Amino acid sequence: MIEFRQVTKRYDSDHTALRQVNFHMGRGELAFLTGHSGAGKSTLLKLLMVMERPSAGEVVVGGQVLNRLPRRQIPYIRRHIGVVFQNHQLLFDRTVFDNVAMPLEVMGASPRDAGRRVRAALDKVGLLSKEKMNPLQLSGGEQQRVGIARAVVNKPPLLLADEPTGNLDPKLSADIMNLFAQFSQVGVTVLIASHDLALINEMGRRTLTLDHGNLIAGGTPLQGGASGN
Amino acid sequence: MGVALALPVALLLLLTSLQGVSAGWESSARVTAYMKQDASLEQTRKLAGEIGSDGRVTELELVDKDQALAEFRASSGLDEALDYLEENPLPHTLLITPEENTRSADGVAALVTFIEGMDGVERVQVDLGWLQRLNAMTDLLARAIWALAILLAAAVVLVIGNTVRLSIESRRDEILVAKLVGGTDGFVRRPFLYTGAWFGLGGGVVAWILLQASLWWLSGPVERLAGLYRSDFSLNGLGVDGILALIIVAMLLGWLGAWVAVKRHLDDIEPGEIAGG
Repeated sequence: MIEFRQVTKRYDSDHTALRQVNFHMGRGELAFLTGHSGAGKSTLLKLLMVMERPSAGEVVVGGQVLNRLPRRQIPYIRRHIGVVFQNHQLLFDRTVFDNVAMPLEVMGASPRDAGRRVRAALDKVGLLSKEKMNPLQLSGGEQQRVGIARAVVNKPPLLLADEPTGNLDPKLSADIMNLFAQFSQVGVTVLIASHDLALINEMGRRTLTLDHGNLIAGGTPLQGGASGN
Repeated sequence: MGVALALPVALLLLLTSLQGVSAGWESSARVTAYMKQDASLEQTRKLAGEIGSDGRVTELELVDKDQALAEFRASSGLDEALDYLEENPLPHTLLITPEENTRSADGVAALVTFIEGMDGVERVQVDLGWLQRLNAMTDLLARAIWALAILLAAAVVLVIGNTVRLSIESRRDEILVAKLVGGTDGFVRRPFLYTGAWFGLGGGVVAWILLQASLWWLSGPVERLAGLYRSDFSLNGLGVDGILALIIVAMLLGWLGAWVAVKRHLDDIEPGEIAGG
């Protein structure tokens, strides 16, 4: 599903964020991405979202090489990637329902179809009863779950999460992680950037570790883990 | 914005009305025939009778040289200088008004040739000078109005562009999220372009209302004034075509303004940060 081949990302100021990173993730695999602050986690996610382009090497998502993707094609790639943000990026001028419906809206889905899928996604994260509320009225954990519902509403094959449990207590964090595990069981590839090492160890999944831009662990799938190409 | 649109349209309407008037006057041109210096008053009278009986002439006035000199003396103020002249330098003159059907450029030209060919006539002049000056002035006015219209159109584009820019700024988060979840540039731009076109429509309608109101307010006095000059001059309103053209142009200007703002500001909004380390 995801493949990095000798990927290097260098920013203008001689700062190298990623150095020759190689890894591969199969369909339905769940992995963590960890490392110290500034190790390159965000850069790696940005490369997958085509928010940045690699300086060298190739980034492949779903069989498509992203390096020379024309600008016009970027939105169509993003429709196949669900993203959960640490600060959830919800819009407070509309209801929970409308927030979750945005990915369907940009695809031009019919309102009836969209309604059905939004409710299915909200049901999945346990917030169906709050669809008419404003995200501001929800707790931090609930807001994060709205963000997750929005990320999965159009059933993307790839789900990225950037510090999804950053502001949550351990109990809520575990709930969120279970949610991600459930998605991976139905075939979604999930990559979670986090530095919550306790939680990562508890989950016992493949962990990609970055250190100053080098991938120092997790480059190959865990033996017997939930991988499978 | 409505004002910026209404002003050039109002001036254009005024100009069209003026041009209509000058076209009407053009046809009432008068022909002046100057006799040879040595032609006698008798000869001139005979000629006047001949020309006056022609079917193409409705009115004929004879100004003899003594009368002309007296008029010139009175109006020029060269009283004493004229006393030094040994003889009257002015010729007898015939003022000829062509008949209605002859008041075309060709008709007048034919009449002029006919009179020029007559014995004793020195020179024939069609007094179109002031008309040419009026035409030159309306041409100049037309250019000035178009220049003004272009400037005001640019102002409309800028005003709408700025409004749309503010609206883009206030919806920055929404644009970012839309781009993150796979909204195409077209999807993100569309509402702003529509906003611009709607502003344009609003401006066009306001401009039309302003025009109609000022026409209604001015039409009474204008008709009275034109009546005093025995002119059928009147201010014409916009026809249905004109109204449609005004509104369509306004919408296009609005759309253009929005497009400029979108090009300059919206495309810059690209998700660059996903929070975290």
